[in-house]
Amino acid sequence: MGSVGAKDVPVLLTPDGLRIDGRRLNELRPLKITAGALHEADGSAFVEWGANKVMAAVYGPREVHPRHLQENNKAIVQCRYNMAAFSVDERKRPGLDRRSQEISKVIAEAFESAIFAEEYPRTSVDVYIEVLQANAGTRCAGVVAASVALADAGIPMVDLLPSVAVGKVAGKIALDLKKEEDNFGEADMPMALVPQSGRLVLLQMEGHLTRPELAEALDLGVAGCRQIYQVMKQALRDRYASDGPDPSGVSP
Amino acid sequence: MSDEVTAEILTTHILDLAKSGKRLDGRGLDDYREVTVEHGFVTSADGSALATIGTTKVLCGVKLELGKPFPDTPNAGVLTTNAELIPLSSPMFEPGPPHPRAIEVSRVVDRAIRAAETIDLTKLCVTPGEKTWVCYVDMHVLDHSGNLIDAACLAALGALTHAILPNKAFEVGPEDVPLAVNHFPVECTFVRLGDAIVVDPLVDEEKAAQGRLTVATDEIGNIVAMQKGLIGAFSPSDVKEIVERAFQHGDRNRAIARGV
Repeated sequence: MGSVGAKDVPVLLTPDGLRIDGRRLNELRPLKITAGALHEADGSAFVEWGANKVMAAVYGPREVHPRHLQENNKAIVQCRYNMAAFSVDERKRPGLDRRSQEISKVIAEAFESAIFAEEYPRTSVDVYIEVLQANAGTRCAGVVAASVALADAGIPMVDLLPSVAVGKVAGKIALDLKKEEDNFGEADMPMALVPQSGRLVLLQMEGHLTRPELAEALDLGVAGCRQIYQVMKQALRDRYASDGPDPSGVSP
Repeated sequence: MSDEVTAEILTTHILDLAKSGKRLDGRGLDDYREVTVEHGFVTSADGSALATIGTTKVLCGVKLELGKPFPDTPNAGVLTTNAELIPLSSPMFEPGPPHPRAIEVSRVVDRAIRAAETIDLTKLCVTPGEKTWVCYVDMHVLDHSGNLIDAACLAALGALTHAILPNKAFEVGPEDVPLAVNHFPVECTFVRLGDAIVVDPLVDEEKAAQGRLTVATDEIGNIVAMQKGLIGAFSPSDVKEIVERAFQHGDRNRAIARGV
C-alpha cells in the first residue's frame, strides 16, 4: 500500500516452476465477472481479476459526438480507457495520458472488428472502461469487461472477445502476468481473441521474445483466452438465466 | 417523441405525484433510499470506500503522499479533493474537461470535510515549511441515479475514516498508523418539487426540481456546510425544516459511513 522507491527483484520463478503467487506458468489468476453491474448504462460489467478491479459500461448505439466522426454506412466504436487516480501505488494524475489514449484506440478498433457495425449507420457505440484497482493486465481486463458489457447492452457481435496478456518471466513464457512479473519480466504481450474464428483483434507486444518463444506465447495466450471465454459466457448466463429480481434495481 | 417533450411530460408527472405525497419510485417525500458503504474496496488506495444510495454508486480513494506545505500555511498539511463525473456513469456525461457540475460536487464535499475539521491538518505536517502529508481525496462516480453530492460525501467520509498513513513507505515513521479522523460530516440533499420538499432526489427529480439544498451536518449537532443549487428558491422556514430533516437522515447515514 502506497509503496515508493525501487525494491529488490523478487524471486519470480522457483526451481519447481512456481510463480510469485504460487501459480504454474499456464495458470490464470482468479477471474470473477459480474454482468450488469451498473444501473444507468445500457450494458455493463465488473471484472475482478487477480488484484485488478475494472468496470465497463456501454452506451448506444446512440448519436455520434462529436458529429463529424459520424459514418453514413456504419456505427463507430468510441472507447475511453481510464485509470482512477487511486488505482495504482503512486497516485496517478486524473485524466487521459498518452498511454490511456493509445489503449483506448486499440480497444475501440478491436471491438469495431467484432460488432456488426453496418447494422447501425450514423451511430456510436460508446465503451467506457474504468480501472479502479490496477495490477498488470488492466487493458485485457478492460476488454473482457467491455465485451460482456456490449453483450449485456444487446449489441450484435461476431463473438465475445476474451483477452489476456502473456509474458516472459525468468526466461519462461507465462500466462497472465501480475504486477511484479510485469515490472521485472522480460516481455509482455496482451491479446484479444475472436474464439469463433480463432483470430486476434488486439495484439501488442513489448520486450524480447525469440521466434519459438513467440509461437509458444501465442499458443498459451489463445488457450488462456478460451478459458476466459467460458467465464464470460457463464457471467452472461448468470445475469439472464436467474429467476431472481433484476440486480440493477427499480427503474422509474 | 423528442427528448424535450418527454422531459416535460415527466416533469409534470413528478410534480403531480409530489402534490399527493408520492414519488416516481414509490418512496414517500422524506424517504431516503437504502445506503451502504463498503470500506477498503480498493487496496491500491490508502483508504477507500464504495458508497451506494439506491443504485447511485460513488467510489472514493484516499491517497497520502509527501509534499510541500503551502507557503501561507507552513505548519499545515494539504487536503485536495477531486470528483470525476466520468461518462461511464451516466448517459448525460461526456468526456472532456471537468464539467461545472463535477467541480460543484467536489467543492461541496471539500467544504464539508474542511469545515467540519474532519482531519486535523496541522497533525499532517512533518517538517514545517518543508515536508507534509498531502491527502488526496478522489471521488469516482460509477453510477449516477441522482444525489451525487450525498453519495460522494459518504464515500469520502468512509474512505477517510479507514485510511492508513503509510509512514513506512515514505520513511516518516516506523509504523503505519490510522489517519486521525476527528469529525464525521455527512451531507443531505433535498429538492423542491412544487410545494413539496423531497429528500435524496432521483435524476429525473433533479431535472424537474425548482431548487436544491444540501446541508452538511457533523456528529455533535453543527451545520458545517450548505449549498443551494439549481434554479429555484427556499424560504427561511423551508431551510429550517430542511436542516432538521438533514440531521435525522444525516445521523443514520453517518453511522453507516463510519461503519459503527
